[in-house]
Amino acid sequence: MTVYRFSVNTVPVQVNVPGMRRLLDVLREELALTGTKEGCGEGECGACTVLIDGRPVDSCLVPVCQVDGASVSTVEGLATAGLTADAPPVLDGLQAAFLQAGGAQCGICTPGMLMAARAYLDEGGGPDEDAIREAIAGNLCRCTGYTKIIEAIALAARAGG
Amino acid sequence: MPVEPPVSSPRDLAEAYAVLAATPTARPIAGGTDLMVALTGELGEPPERVVDLWRLDALRGIAIDGDAIVLGALTTYTEIRRSALCGEHLPVLVEAAATIGAAQIQNRGTLGGNIVNASPAGDTLPVLLAADASFVLGSVRGERIVPASAFWPAYRQTALTPDELLLRVRIPLTAGYELRFRKVGTRRAQSISKVVMALGWRDGGPAAPWRDVRLALGSVASTPIRAARTEAALEGRPPTPETADRAAEVLAAELAPIDDVRSTAEYRRLVAARVLHRFVREAGGW
Repeated sequence: MTVYRFSVNTVPVQVNVPGMRRLLDVLREELALTGTKEGCGEGECGACTVLIDGRPVDSCLVPVCQVDGASVSTVEGLATAGLTADAPPVLDGLQAAFLQAGGAQCGICTPGMLMAARAYLDEGGGPDEDAIREAIAGNLCRCTGYTKIIEAIALAARAGG
Repeated sequence: MPVEPPVSSPRDLAEAYAVLAATPTARPIAGGTDLMVALTGELGEPPERVVDLWRLDALRGIAIDGDAIVLGALTTYTEIRRSALCGEHLPVLVEAAATIGAAQIQNRGTLGGNIVNASPAGDTLPVLLAADASFVLGSVRGERIVPASAFWPAYRQTALTPDELLLRVRIPLTAGYELRFRKVGTRRAQSISKVVMALGWRDGGPAAPWRDVRLALGSVASTPIRAARTEAALEGRPPTPETADRAAEVLAAELAPIDDVRSTAEYRRLVAARVLHRFVREAGGW
């Protein structure tokens, strides 16, 4: 066991775990952030996509020892709290666009799709369909046929990211 | 839950060499895109100990050194795609990097990992063979250089001794040397190759004979290979329809691929011959 320190959604965290524990398991089991989903567990499906220092990665393929000192972003960090204690959270533009375009069915791929799309928009990606398709090529969805997900990302891009 | 072997996190190369010298069964990890899957135990015995190379900055960077481009073993596919030097001097490697996985894999997977993992389907490996790359290896005993053509002696084996690390990849840049790349898989992203091919030749224009032809393929044998008989069929000939027909025929006869989950031997032979035919046609401009 080793102590690793990094940030998750800008909050500093510290965990005491084996260095080869998957970032996915640390997020879900140690930090109780279960928004990140496990799909295939071998880097094929992208359901576990999170951002490390702004770049999308499959968290099932990242040992926590390589995250020490890094900045991790997960789907839980997208929405922000409302202005008052009883106000609903304010959705990220992408989340709102997924709702508007109907970009989710069963929802298992959605956190990964959102994070891959977030990285794409943060790097200045626009509403071009081919570019969006490439940005989410590492994220599999078995329900939607992708069209509505792509529409949602284009919608968010046109709304300014 | 996957197994979690103990991990050493050396802070510099000397420390990494010392760990490997003391524990030759330890497996280095770079971006983890292959090794982390091995921890599930579904691909054979997981490693007893892991040596994390991710923080060894000595293994990063892309630079021009004399008449060669040199890439650190930890260079990721994303870094290759975004490198102005690679774009200018070795666009074929940029093209190959773009076909590997998708963004998540390209942000983590490394050129050195592709080489050391030694999969016969490794997508950069035919490029490295066709470009006549050489690999700089290091250990407590010092450094040595092994050409790509001698690096993969048998299925999933490399020329590395257990205590050695791949440090850098050196690719000669020869004026007028042309390189082409093509991967054929089930889909454009996230697929493992059915056939992957790279072709190199010294070019003198659409009517001039080709010199120094190197043709390399992956996913058609137990290691990445050069196709020597087909190279001989192309050497000294201009890229005419007759050359293309003849070379495609020789290649189809030279390859001995297998049927497996990704493709069949027959498809691989046919598609390899067609890809080569197209390369020659495009170079000849007919």
